[in-house]
Amino acid sequence: MLTFLARRLVLALITVWAISLITFAIIQLPPGDYVTAYIAQLETQGDFISEDEAVNLRNEYGLGDSFVVQYFKWVRNASRGSFGMAMEYREPVIDVIGDRLALTAALTFTSIIFTWILAIPIGIYSAVRQYSVGDYAFTFIGFLGLAIPNFLLALVVLYAGFIWFDASVGGLFSPEMVDSPYNLAKILDLLQHLWLPSIILAIAGTAQLIRVLRANLLDELQKPYVVTARAKGLSEWRVVMKYPLRVALNPLISTIGYLLPLIVSGSIIVSVVMSLPTVGPLLLKALIAQDMFLAGTIILLIGLMTVVGTFISDILLAWVDPRIRLEGT
Amino acid sequence: MAEETIFEGTGVRPETREQTDERVYAASQWQLMWWRLRRHKLAMAAGIVLIIFYLMVIGAEFISTSDPTASEAQRGLMSPQRIYVFDGWKPSLYVHAVEGKRDPITFKRVYESNPDEKVPLRLFARGFEYKFLGFIPTDRHLIGPAEGRAEDTVFILGTDLQGRDLWSRLIMATRVSMTIGLVSVTVSLFLGVLLGGISGYYGGWIDMVIQRVIEILRSIPTIPLWMGIAASVPRDWSIIKVYFAITIIIAIIGWTELARVVRGRFLSLREEDFVAAAELAGASQMRIIFRHMVPSFLSHIIAATTLAFPAIIIAETSLSFLGLGLRPPAISWGVLLQAAQQVQAVALTPWLLVPAVPVIIAVLAFNFLGDGLRDAADPYG
Repeated sequence: MLTFLARRLVLALITVWAISLITFAIIQLPPGDYVTAYIAQLETQGDFISEDEAVNLRNEYGLGDSFVVQYFKWVRNASRGSFGMAMEYREPVIDVIGDRLALTAALTFTSIIFTWILAIPIGIYSAVRQYSVGDYAFTFIGFLGLAIPNFLLALVVLYAGFIWFDASVGGLFSPEMVDSPYNLAKILDLLQHLWLPSIILAIAGTAQLIRVLRANLLDELQKPYVVTARAKGLSEWRVVMKYPLRVALNPLISTIGYLLPLIVSGSIIVSVVMSLPTVGPLLLKALIAQDMFLAGTIILLIGLMTVVGTFISDILLAWVDPRIRLEGT
Repeated sequence: MAEETIFEGTGVRPETREQTDERVYAASQWQLMWWRLRRHKLAMAAGIVLIIFYLMVIGAEFISTSDPTASEAQRGLMSPQRIYVFDGWKPSLYVHAVEGKRDPITFKRVYESNPDEKVPLRLFARGFEYKFLGFIPTDRHLIGPAEGRAEDTVFILGTDLQGRDLWSRLIMATRVSMTIGLVSVTVSLFLGVLLGGISGYYGGWIDMVIQRVIEILRSIPTIPLWMGIAASVPRDWSIIKVYFAITIIIAIIGWTELARVVRGRFLSLREEDFVAAAELAGASQMRIIFRHMVPSFLSHIIAATTLAFPAIIIAETSLSFLGLGLRPPAISWGVLLQAAQQVQAVALTPWLLVPAVPVIIAVLAFNFLGDGLRDAADPYG
């Protein structure tokens, strides 16, 4: 168990390092540096800064140094929670992102929950009633779910909501709740808005998970122990639920590893379409305005979030499945 | 290999078993795969759909009814015109003429179709000039107004805000988006085969390193990464340069699945007797790889390549939709869908959502064909 977790932890750390390197490269990619972009930004607002201030800023961010030195400075600052200033907001990046990152995590989490809620019963049904009308119907819907990019799905849902219910289904809060401080009413309001984008995000993952669960359960149902259980007179419900399902459920945990990046990816663009106050629209705005510290930080934190989530799923998997626990020893 | 298993895979009817016996034994690997694929109805249908798509790519200008870049403010946001095939009981091809007026109260342009005034259409009508296949100058189009007057127009899917014909733009977008898929997959394929091959053939620490790199790449959310890199493509680049930049960006992150498939094949084939035989016979490494191993898993690579298309098409569409991929005046599915970003606007002009349809059809078709190819890839299995 420990060796397994240690191996996973090392891999997670390497991944974090790789993400930080890629992120920093993205920050460095656009022509010019942060200070030139910052000055240009100020000028469009009718503001300006003196030469001295520009030099100070350059020194502060170490823009005159080599790539490697700059990278280390950036990492050192980042590990202290200081990610530089967001240009448009004239606030530290971390203040701009804070709330939105939490909402992104909430959205991702509920999407995974929905993926399971949808995939488990449908997967069981499709396996137990193989080749039934329902099985075919779900397989077809699953294929559609895989084929429709989730931002298109979001567009269509928004459109349908607008046409049929004359309601704007975007956003995560009711208009009157947006600025209120967090309290029970606001959280309930959030939950009321969260389910729709969560389901939209869950569809693609659900389709894949149904296929995996169906295949696994079909394999298990062929095995002699199931025949034995049936021969001993167990009810069909118990025959399926008691053992085969537990074995077949494993992929639900082991697939978080790929489900999480998928959903996080999707949440960015779905948030833009549905104007959800997550990091998605912020990232897009930052990239278009070439506010690279803000954009880079968002990419870094999203990556970190995914790695942590995957690592937690690894621990869960090792805890649930003894085969994995023993593999490393 | 048992006789039965060969038979199962070929879709040959048992009645004709006697004569087909020889056919099956004599058939090449590709022949067997084709027989098996043919049984897969959904994959065959998907294949036909894709052939139609690529025919549209080749003959894009011929199918389009008007110049996709010609804009006219006088006919912005016109709704689709219905094409009539019968005039009463008489077969005839026409649309109703549409008149645009400005609403005196809201100042919005409104269009009224006039059932009394018919604009006759004909096949192979004259329209804007272009070079068919890039070198045959012509002005014939599949369908268009018969008399060729400037005020006669036919907008099968309506027009966009600038009054450009959505149908023609959709056809052009199909050309761009489907070829981006092709180019991008080719680059992915090259990277995947090279790195997957090295990983699978040499094994050891090289394999370790490449596998970890793949694992890391797969654990990072792709869209933010794509967005980040795509945003740094300079704004003043020409359409062609942006096109190739986007293609390469998508390929750089998309090669991992292909590499995984290639590596898996290399690992399993390395243990096969015929590879050992070739080694013992003194064949060089290159010869073993390209003469003995690659032909036996080429079919698997083709299947995996087909399955790589959907992700690439969705990636390009998403990026362009967000305004980070191809930018106008380039036309792609994502660029067209940008016009549908505001729901309030789309509610009034639902035809702007139409470009979503080919995206979904193309992705589904590649998925179905890929699934079929994967099943057929191993005709001896």
